[in-house]
Parts: sequence; C-alpha cells; structure tokens
Amino acid sequence: MAAEGQQHPLKVYYLVWLLLFVVSFFSYMVDYLHLQGTLRWTLILVFMFVKAGFIVAIFMHMQWERLALKIAILGPPVAILVLIWLMSLEGIYIEDTRLEYYGDSTMEPETPHH
Amino acid sequence: MSEAVANDAMEAGGTEGVVDDWSRDKQVFGVPWGKAMMWIFLLSDTFIFSCFLVGYMSVRIATTDPWPLPSEVFALTIFGHSIPLVLIAIMTFILITSSGTMALAVNMGYRKDRNKTFWLMVATAVLGASFVGMQAFEWTKLISEGVRPWGNPFGAAQFGSSFFMITGFHGLHVSAGVIYLLIIAFRVKNGFYEKRGGNYEIVEIAGLYWHFVDLVWVFIFAFFYLW
Repeated sequence: MAAEGQQHPLKVYYLVWLLLFVVSFFSYMVDYLHLQGTLRWTLILVFMFVKAGFIVAIFMHMQWERLALKIAILGPPVAILVLIWLMSLEGIYIEDTRLEYYGDSTMEPETPHH
Repeated sequence: MSEAVANDAMEAGGTEGVVDDWSRDKQVFGVPWGKAMMWIFLLSDTFIFSCFLVGYMSVRIATTDPWPLPSEVFALTIFGHSIPLVLIAIMTFILITSSGTMALAVNMGYRKDRNKTFWLMVATAVLGASFVGMQAFEWTKLISEGVRPWGNPFGAAQFGSSFFMITGFHGLHVSAGVIYLLIIAFRVKNGFYEKRGGNYEIVEIAGLYWHFVDLVWVFIFAFFYLW
C-alpha cells in the first residue's frame, strides 16, 4: 500500500473536487444572501470544516495514512483551541478596559501612531 | 528501499498499530522521510497561520471602533452592479481548481505518466500565479482607497494590519509554491527522477504543500472575509 505510494482511483478526486466547488459556492452564498447572527457563523464554520476535512483527508491523503502519523500531525493543532480561548478572554478584557478608560470610541482622540 | 524496510513490520492497525510504530526502534512513520518532514513543516506552518488568525481575532474583539464590513470593502463594481466579495470568490475558486489539478498531477506521477504530470503541475502553477496577480490587484485597490497598516477610512485601524499581514503571508506562500511546483515540474519533464529510480513521491510532497496553501485560504476566507 504505502510502499507503492498513494494511488487511488481518479473518481475519488473528481468527486471531492466537485464537492469543494459546491461547498465554496454555499459559503459565498452565506455572504451574498446577507445571512446574519448565529446562523451565519454556524454555516461559515460548518462549510469551513467540511472543506478543510476533505482537503486534508482526500487531497492530502491523510485518510490512508497510518494512525501514528494522523495523531502526530492532527493532534498538536488542538492546542490552538486553548490559545483561542485565552486570547478571546484577553480581547474582551482589553475592550472593557478601553471602554472604561476612554469611553465610547467616538469620543476617543485620533491616535494613528502607537 | 528504505520504505520497504520501514513497512515490513507495519501490519497491526488501530491503537495497537500506533504502539507498534513507535516501539519498533526504527523509522516511526511508514512514509518516505521527505513526506514526514513536509508534514512536520506544515504542522509548524499551521501554528504560524493560527497565530496570525488568533491575533486578528483578539484585536478585532478588543477594538472599540466598528470593524469594516469585508462584504463592502471587497465589493467590486462590474457592469454597474456592486457585487460583494466577488474577487475573493473568484480567487477561492481558482485555488480550488489548482488543488484539483495538483491532486491529479500526484496521481499521474505515481502512474509514471511524466507528460501529464508535467502539464498538470504547470497548470497548477499558472493558476497559483493568477491568484497572486488578483491579490496584487486587491492590495492595489485597497491601498488606493487609503487602507494602511495603521488606519483606514472604513473603521477600526487594526483592519489594515490584519489584512496585509495575513493575506501577505499567504500570498508569499502561494508565490513560493509556484516556484517550487515549476522546479519539480521541469525535473519531472527532463527525466531527473528517472535517474533516481523513477520515484515520483516528490510530486506528492510538493502536492502536500500546495494543498496546505489552499487549506489555509479556506480558513482565511471564513474568518477574515466572511466573518
């Protein structure tokens, strides 16, 4: 299997290719149709993960690799979730601090060079 | 040869297989070393792009000014109609097309069809170059409208620095990929790999890089342009 490299029927590639086009079209439609709120964010994330999943699994052949490689490559990025969590807390804190000390943004003097 | 040695003990699957692979006192991953190294490089690159995107997220949360609407900032007027995000949509489709041609090139490489591999890789590179061209157009348009890394006329000042940083770094990756693909394509064509045992794994390794560039664009498209 792996010794001869990753050889798979072309049909799989054409199918995923088509799917990526369709899902990209859907995610563009999310913007085009001006969907807002939770629905918009949910759809954006769903389409994003579907596309990313197909690219990694089929085009990058991860689906056919051994579990040891899958874990080594796909495991570490999970740590990014912690960074996202911490930085969103930090962002919210900074915004609150700014509002408290500078008040509304419209009252803030122009400070183009920090 | 070394791959055959690496693979001879790889029978067990599942978690038992993972333990086997790590405890064999040999090469752990049952793939050519170049491919394992490319994957590890891509893993490190994943963290770089994640840091940019998380940085963008935190400045967007922290700013008290309204964030410019990407839907309007990136709209183009075509035949008198303003179409939101249209150039970005075209760029997305171009990158997906190039990912498809690359996947086919990898397949043709393993079939040792050098001519088809060459042309598919050249097609991928041409699509990649046109993507960079459109990005240059996008940058020019935004710069002429007054978007700068320290401010812009549409809203929060952090918009410009996030935009130039993220799309610039991605564009740099695409440009490097175009050069990389062309080098490998011409080596495939002139028989460079025939002298090395006719092994076309290198096409797959180059393909991994190219698909990764497309993968990153999926996240940029979702978080920067659509969010």
